[in-house]
Amino acid sequence: MRTPVLVSIIGFIALFILHHDFWNWNNPALVLGFMPVGLAYHAGFSIAAGVFWALVSRFAWPHSIEAWADEPND
Amino acid sequence: MTSLYIIIGYLGLLIGLGLVSNRFSKGTSADFFIVNRSVGPFLLLMSIFGTTMTGFALVGSTGKAFSTGIGTYGLMASWSGLIHSAVFFLVGIRLWAVGKRHGYITQCEYFRNRFDSKGIGYLLFPILILLLIPYLLVGVIAAGKFIQAATKGMFPEQFALSLPNGMPHPLSGGIPPELGGAVICGIVLFYVFFGGLRGAIWANVFQTIVFMLTGVIAFWMISQKLGGLAAASQAVLESDFARPRATREGMSQAQFLTYCFVPLSVGMFPHLFQHWLTAKSAKTFKLTVVAHPIFIMIVWVPCILIGIWAAGYIGPLGPGQSTNSILGRMVESLVHSPVLSGLVGAGVLAAIMSSLDSQFMCLGTMFTKDIVLEKFGEKRFSDKQKILIARGFILAIVAITYGLSVALMNTAQVFALGVWCFSGFAGLFPLVVGAVYWKRTTAAGAIACIAVTAVTWSVLFYNDIIAKKPPGTEDELLIWGMMPVTLIIAASAITLVVVSLLTRKPSDTVLRKFFANSNKANQAPRTQPAAVGPHR
Repeated sequence: MRTPVLVSIIGFIALFILHHDFWNWNNPALVLGFMPVGLAYHAGFSIAAGVFWALVSRFAWPHSIEAWADEPND
Repeated sequence: MTSLYIIIGYLGLLIGLGLVSNRFSKGTSADFFIVNRSVGPFLLLMSIFGTTMTGFALVGSTGKAFSTGIGTYGLMASWSGLIHSAVFFLVGIRLWAVGKRHGYITQCEYFRNRFDSKGIGYLLFPILILLLIPYLLVGVIAAGKFIQAATKGMFPEQFALSLPNGMPHPLSGGIPPELGGAVICGIVLFYVFFGGLRGAIWANVFQTIVFMLTGVIAFWMISQKLGGLAAASQAVLESDFARPRATREGMSQAQFLTYCFVPLSVGMFPHLFQHWLTAKSAKTFKLTVVAHPIFIMIVWVPCILIGIWAAGYIGPLGPGQSTNSILGRMVESLVHSPVLSGLVGAGVLAAIMSSLDSQFMCLGTMFTKDIVLEKFGEKRFSDKQKILIARGFILAIVAITYGLSVALMNTAQVFALGVWCFSGFAGLFPLVVGAVYWKRTTAAGAIACIAVTAVTWSVLFYNDIIAKKPPGTEDELLIWGMMPVTLIIAASAITLVVVSLLTRKPSDTVLRKFFANSNKANQAPRTQPAAVGPHR
């Protein structure tokens, strides 16, 4: 398996685990004075997901698929 | 009334858009159904995002946050940001490649050929339609409810309503949801009929921009009327009813975790399949994969905050009042500018219609390709006749959906209905993963997987939504604290694997057609026999 693909899989698993923020469960504290901490954490999680997919698209893009799609059929 | 005129003007614009996109039509069925695979990155992002964000995202999420709190975002939005993009990346691009290579337009067409079985197409078609109907219902009910809340008091004599105790209903004088739903269906039908998928994509892009902008404006206006962002949230913490909404109190950790399966539904949405096939190239997907989680955040965070603020501002709902109308009530009662109120109303309807159009379009495409042309042959009908058949079927399904929406308008919960619809499609996700990645998946395995999903989903749906629950039972059906979708996916995946392993593997001809590796492995020996061998 190529290194970028392996790193992407590890990154995905890490994000999957980080989604479960049990430590914020019953905490009503407000971040920036208006955003409940549990909501702020998950908004940050969404941004992290965007960054993660940007890196995956940059380093682990499946170039072979496009070439295969353009090949003539048997 | 100014706000109502703005909404009417916006709907008029959409009709105009349908007429303009019709002028760009090449008149062929390929152009009508998949825009000749010519869509670039920006259009793909906006059309896919607009399609996945529906009444569920705006009206449903606000209502759910009102009743359950901020956990709603983690349940659906942040999971979706991660999982949707994964599905686009891992499944969408591969299906686009297969679709381009073999000229496919619909899901059933792909599965029929992948498993070399006509039966799969005929089995899958009605199941996809039955699962799409609740999705359409979500849109029609959300639209109807929102219009009613946004126009309350405008027609005090024509549409007067009262509560069971004789007091005036808080939504009295608003346009009845049955009428609002019918108007929305009519408008979407119009621009889909005239513009085909091109009309739907153009409308999606326009509507996605509108609902994202107006959503942010509405959020800002509501927060200002509540005394600013900090004051609005502080009021939540000071209210006994609203304070738990700022946490995930009462939400089980198993439920929170197993919601991760729900967004897998995007892998089997027939309307998204059709959108994927419109892409010009695989690289077209990049922007969608990256921007989708961020766009979800931009739309969902304001809705969730408005939902919990509403819990502090409105308090507990009285009899006959539904959480579906929370967003409409907040906009109507706090944003006193009729112009902004109208723009926000147009924005919410934009989000709803940007999903309905793709779903309508896909229903017509599936019926024409998977049933009519499959039965009678491609050459039996002219392009004009094919388009006419698609329109006829769309009309029939919309009529059925509308009838159901009228019957369920005051009882169905938009969020619950949406989750059940997504759970059904998610249950079929192992099928598409098997088809795309596992060469050993067989037709018998695929058929068994579809059948088990249909039965498991129907039984659980009946128990949660249709059967009367004993008093004191939990509102939402959970199995050992987990979402029912967990059980559906487990049953469907195990069935697919076991039955596939017990039946004869697919032929090399089929595998060569669908797997890039099989192609090379099978072609190499013909050209370079010495280069490939068991010891290399």
